[in-house]
Amino acid sequence: MKLPSSMNHGTALLWKRRALSSLSTTRRGLPKPKMSDNGTTSRGKVLTIDNMNPTVKKVEYAVRGPIVQRAVELEKELSEGMKKPFAEVIKANIGDAQAMGQQPITFFRQVLALCSYPELLSDSMFPEDAKSRACRILNSCGGNSMGAYSASQGIDSVRQDVARFIERRDGGVPCDPDNVYLTTGASDGIVTMLKLLVCGEGATRTGVMISIPQYPLYSAALAELGAVQINYYLNEEKCWSLDIGELQRSLDEARLHCNPRALCIINPGNPTGQVQSRECIEDVIRFAAKERLFLMADEVYQDNVYAEGCQFHSFKKVLFEMGPEYSETVELASFHSTSKCYMGECGFRGGYMEIINMDNDVKDQLTKLLSVRLCSPVPGQALMDLVVNPPQPGEPSYERFIKERTATLSALAEKARLTEQVLNTVEGIRCNPVQGAMYSFPRITIPEKAIQEAKKLGQQPDMFYCMKMLEETGICLVPGSGFGQREGTYHFRMTILPPTDKLKILLNNVKEFHQRFTQQYS
Amino acid sequence: MSVLQEISSDVRNMKQMENFVLFRRTNEIKEELRRGVRKSYREVIDVSWGDPHRAGVKPLSFVRQVLAACLYSELMDGDKLMVDVKQRAQRLLGTCAGGSVGSYCATAGIPQTLQSVSQYIMRRDGGVPCHPENIYISPGSQWALTNILKVLVNSEASPRTGVLIPVPCHSTTIISLTTLGAVAVPYYLREERGWALEMEELQRALDSAKGVCNPVALYMINPGNPAGYVQSRKSIQEVIRFAAEKKLFLLADEVFQDCVYGKESEFVSYKRALAEIGAPLSDSVELASFHTASKGLMGECGLRTGYVELVNLDPAVMKHINNLFSTNSCPILGQIALDVMVNPPQPGDPSYPLYLKETQHIRASLAQNVRRVEEVINSFPDFSCQPLEGGAFAFPRLFLPPKAIERAKEAGLQPDTFYCLRLLEEAGVLFSPGTEYGQKEGTYHIRFCIMTPSDTMEEILRRLSAFHEQFMKEFS
Repeated sequence: MKLPSSMNHGTALLWKRRALSSLSTTRRGLPKPKMSDNGTTSRGKVLTIDNMNPTVKKVEYAVRGPIVQRAVELEKELSEGMKKPFAEVIKANIGDAQAMGQQPITFFRQVLALCSYPELLSDSMFPEDAKSRACRILNSCGGNSMGAYSASQGIDSVRQDVARFIERRDGGVPCDPDNVYLTTGASDGIVTMLKLLVCGEGATRTGVMISIPQYPLYSAALAELGAVQINYYLNEEKCWSLDIGELQRSLDEARLHCNPRALCIINPGNPTGQVQSRECIEDVIRFAAKERLFLMADEVYQDNVYAEGCQFHSFKKVLFEMGPEYSETVELASFHSTSKCYMGECGFRGGYMEIINMDNDVKDQLTKLLSVRLCSPVPGQALMDLVVNPPQPGEPSYERFIKERTATLSALAEKARLTEQVLNTVEGIRCNPVQGAMYSFPRITIPEKAIQEAKKLGQQPDMFYCMKMLEETGICLVPGSGFGQREGTYHFRMTILPPTDKLKILLNNVKEFHQRFTQQYS
Repeated sequence: MSVLQEISSDVRNMKQMENFVLFRRTNEIKEELRRGVRKSYREVIDVSWGDPHRAGVKPLSFVRQVLAACLYSELMDGDKLMVDVKQRAQRLLGTCAGGSVGSYCATAGIPQTLQSVSQYIMRRDGGVPCHPENIYISPGSQWALTNILKVLVNSEASPRTGVLIPVPCHSTTIISLTTLGAVAVPYYLREERGWALEMEELQRALDSAKGVCNPVALYMINPGNPAGYVQSRKSIQEVIRFAAEKKLFLLADEVFQDCVYGKESEFVSYKRALAEIGAPLSDSVELASFHTASKGLMGECGLRTGYVELVNLDPAVMKHINNLFSTNSCPILGQIALDVMVNPPQPGDPSYPLYLKETQHIRASLAQNVRRVEEVINSFPDFSCQPLEGGAFAFPRLFLPPKAIERAKEAGLQPDTFYCLRLLEEAGVLFSPGTEYGQKEGTYHIRFCIMTPSDTMEEILRRLSAFHEQFMKEFS
């Protein structure tokens, strides 16, 4: 019983703009703020823009930023019957597969339903393997309920299962369950590790290297922590590959004003979709070893690999295959999640991180830090258990599971190919092959007139472009400026997630918009 | 040498939870029991958490049926589930993107859930308006609290930001404050007067901050944790006026608002008390109040869902708060449970009879437990327990003999931790020590969850009584 993804009018009806302006306070009948001479409002507030934590003011997260707020407003207007040049708003801004109609894996949902309401264990509609998984999970929950807190590091048996999964994935490289932490999505693990890493002041303030373009969770976390963001540029001409020379350049420059301690890499990449070659991963490891950097490998898209000749290599596996000189010294954290791959279960906030070669003393600090949020959501832990322990050949649910997983991944591969193909037929749009992940990140040529117009409005040119696209086509994308890009270049990130027929229409609309836009501002 | 040898002092300064030594020993004992090692008990009863399910309380059927139906909609075919379960599941799935609980939701939460929560708050507060755009749903109330603290606490500032916190206070908040680089400014609740909050003590605490830090916020827990008090309306209004006068941001941790059982007690929300004071304070005092799906009769701690309502905040600041919350959204299943919590089955609904039976049973057990705990604890001369009015815990004071204190010191343990460790070893019951929460110098306490099935509580009290007599004899 799936509802069409457009059926969010209910959402729109009840939505109000969240970024409150003084206009809305007046509408609510609250006293209007007094304006003082220099134009600032003075209401005698304890917490003001001036005395709030300055680093929080720097936090931005483009994926859910201003363009999305506008998209939601448009949805509301549509639902109220306002006429628009489009029938629905398409949220191609966020990597949310199921929002776009991707089906969840039946087995996972069956087990989770059984875990939620164990009375169903006596119901014949559920296969035996689902029931035995559910029992196993429930037995490791306090009071046999998913409603009990788990240990802060995560349910023991789940961490053990994750460790075994990692060992199988990495061709036998050992994994100690003690190094596995279950987190609230991968984001939780990433932010916690960054928190652990950031210290110092002034010239010794921690610097963290991140690829440009990057997933803006990193920049948001670094801004909030007051860390120094060290940008290294991926090479657009070479399909967004990583170049060690560029890593070196950015590091050397950064050393002049901060203390670089970590290197973040997203593989497969977000927003760029590039899948790093094995050689590249080895180079990065050597670099990190030489420069004494903590490696953070964001591998949440590890099953989303589409391009011919591309393969996912886990950082850990490569590290161990490089021998003890590296495998016993390089410190690494790798992150995974239930939100992407073929599962698309973003709403469960399931994730894990594996920590390699971390000092016990530091691990203790990490444990303390994690204990603040008590534990990660237990259904997400249960789901992760299923992801790392899916149906096996011979089990009742195996056939169906394989069929569903294959269908989802091949649909994504097809959509990746289609996206690249269509976008590259448009003059002024150049799209690198979408090797993996869930996005296209094409480069767009914006006419000079449009750039000037954008400047007048105080907007980044690609934000201006995307806003126009939203207003004219209902398609919500994220401008490249939200991810970082080389000066003078413009991009947008668009997900490949809508169902294929819808995606075809979308891509066509994007094409037509681009042509109109270029024409309009020529 | 690790790259990470150098760590922020804020992180380093986090207190290791006292509980850690107890947790570790608990796991060891459980393992020993599994291996067949003989002990005077067959299983460890863990009541160190505020976790009803862990303690054996059953989840409420209606919410779990709705969750199951939302997870696997094939369940809605046929007559497996009651009509109202199906209707609720269908309605809630309709509020999820793509009709699936696997999708992300909007930054602050599912809009319809926010609407439901705001209506609940309005009903609770006798009609005081509540705007959904002032509510943020998060993975647990502590998560929301951490986000609000992040905005309040300027870790670069000199002097450092201070936050007034009660003693005793539950430990997670204290750890949050330390990690953010804030200074915790303790104000002591008066145990002998039922853990009353005295204004002179608040003033003293505030004065103590002079020259040490810059206090910006006042954090209260009502109903209490670990202490089981429920603040009176009068007391709440005094605190509000104090905060207004001293320019403090109010942080009201009200997660136990549905756990009130004291005969003379009534939960009054800070927001309602503020509204009743009237203008100009009601329009200006800044308040964040926190609630959760983890406590109350539903007790769904593992779903990790809570929310904060922000009152009278500067709109420009709200914009940044929004950005903070946007980077990690709340689990969908928890929001579904939250919706059920604020909108439970009503008389006339098919599921109502069972819902009523289950909730009455939990309430009755709790009332029974409260009675029995007070009875048993107060029967010992070296235990004393303030009247239990609300919350999920008993926090009795323990008068330890000097010999026991001595022995604890020799073992390198806090005296109450020592008591709890011995209780665990010999009786197989896990409590948590008062040291964890802060207490007046020279006093000792223990905390245990009282939201358990009645027979479990009887067993706990039996084991505790036997152990306590032995222990006191040994160290007399």
